[in-house]
Amino acid sequence: MSTVAFITARGLFGRRRALLLLPLPVLLIGLALICRAYGVSPDMWGQAVIVGLGLVVVLPVVALIVGTGVLGSEVDDGTIVHILTKPLPRYEIILAKYAVAASVTAVVSAVPLFVTGALAGSIKLGGALAVAAVVGAFAYSALFLLFSLLSRRPVLVGLVYILVWEGLLGNFVSGTKNLAIGQYVITIADKIAPTEILQSTIGLTTAVVMSAIFIVAGTLAAINRLSSFSVAGETS
Amino acid sequence: MTTQTLPAQTPTTTGVVELSTVSRWYGNVVAVNDITMSLHPGVTGLLGPNGAGKTTVLHMMAGFLSPSRGTVTIDGKPTWRNPAVYRDLGLVTERESVHGFLTARQFVTACAKMQKLPDPAGAAQRALELVEMTAAAERRIETFSKGMRQRTRVAAALVHEPRVLLLDEPFNGMDPRQRMHMMELLHRLGDNGHTILFSSHILEEVEQVAGLVQVIVAGRLAASGDYRKIRRLMTNRPHVFAVRSSDDRRLAVALIAEKSVAGIEIEPNGLAVRASDYGSFTRALPRIALDQGIRLRQVVPSDESLESVFSYLLEG
Repeated sequence: MSTVAFITARGLFGRRRALLLLPLPVLLIGLALICRAYGVSPDMWGQAVIVGLGLVVVLPVVALIVGTGVLGSEVDDGTIVHILTKPLPRYEIILAKYAVAASVTAVVSAVPLFVTGALAGSIKLGGALAVAAVVGAFAYSALFLLFSLLSRRPVLVGLVYILVWEGLLGNFVSGTKNLAIGQYVITIADKIAPTEILQSTIGLTTAVVMSAIFIVAGTLAAINRLSSFSVAGETS
Repeated sequence: MTTQTLPAQTPTTTGVVELSTVSRWYGNVVAVNDITMSLHPGVTGLLGPNGAGKTTVLHMMAGFLSPSRGTVTIDGKPTWRNPAVYRDLGLVTERESVHGFLTARQFVTACAKMQKLPDPAGAAQRALELVEMTAAAERRIETFSKGMRQRTRVAAALVHEPRVLLLDEPFNGMDPRQRMHMMELLHRLGDNGHTILFSSHILEEVEQVAGLVQVIVAGRLAASGDYRKIRRLMTNRPHVFAVRSSDDRRLAVALIAEKSVAGIEIEPNGLAVRASDYGSFTRALPRIALDQGIRLRQVVPSDESLESVFSYLLEG
């Protein structure tokens, strides 16, 4: 593991905000377990828990906490300077941080989604959700990593993206569906394991290609942005 | 590979660090205005009041800001968008942010690894020895005092033995002992042929460490050179004193004959005396008052602030 990735991972789990990662996955599995325990038919709760909570809330919010945690908080407290004053190509720094963010998000969101999918339908549904969550984790992480370099308030910008762009506009303006990572995730899971629970609105090819574009373009933009990263003076 | 000791500081025309007609502005605000300077091996102080643009200059040297105009180079290579310069450059920022969850040794070793040094552990040990932090090296940085943190950051900036070390206000918030220790360290590094630049807004700090001083006021290079020369400029500057006495009018008449007095204004609550020379005037005033039998009630230098000293230098 590269030194940058080591420091990033230590920093991520060393901060108190890492604890924020726990409640959402626990809530997701907990709800599914309660519904199963009371014998409620998955038709009644599947969509609300898996889509409404799992894919719309847990996945993007976990990605936001982690994605802004690996870089945004270092920019915020100034520790990024210790990494930037090294003769490392900037892509090495971004790729190390991206690898940490995407893999942590993937594990933290895919595991509970797999369990919830298995409880709601079948192992196949669980697997499909896990695969889709991994793709979503990589796409969201690239986007939120970039936000960390574009704005001093990446968490706010990320929340606006999740709530306004994906949540609100996605329901009213059909065009935004093609530019919403949440839709790619639902589509990919639905195409792997078609059920009543998931309803895809775009084609699989679009979902896969657009996810790849978000990942590649987001990462390249972040590398370019870090190359001309300016540190603002405190006194002048 | 053998490291050669640098030849005894032969003055060269081009410095290790070169700023050539550098300006930097933020929107309509000019932070740095047309500065040209070269830094050579040894310790140089960057002196100026708060907000003068010292940090902006240091950040441009360290490749963290692009100059709006002009060029900043280290060994002839531009610093902006060029991470390779960090092989020869160490930076200690004013913000004392560190990865507090690491121990001093972990932190310095991580820096050595990111520098791709062949023996990171050995380099970290040498750097920690240099700043005398080996005893506390296994403790987490967040448990350190301000001075220890600062030394750890210096160790991290020095771990790859860079030719150039930039420090932004390194003495801020240090107690006298820590300050002395840091000054010794900078001296030693300068004597070993490193090119050191540190910023400060306190003249006394600079003159204890640096032979050469660059003075920045309001974004301009106000003075540059030997600190003794600059010191003299500062003590010989014209000065305004607010003087109150038992008989202001008679004192004014007596003072106007004095050579070091450039002008006097009689104000409702005393005199405003413009002295052309700080030193001679302060020696002459009590003597004149004594001769005239006038009791001095108040003598206040009305422009003692550092800012006015600097703005005088700027005009001169």
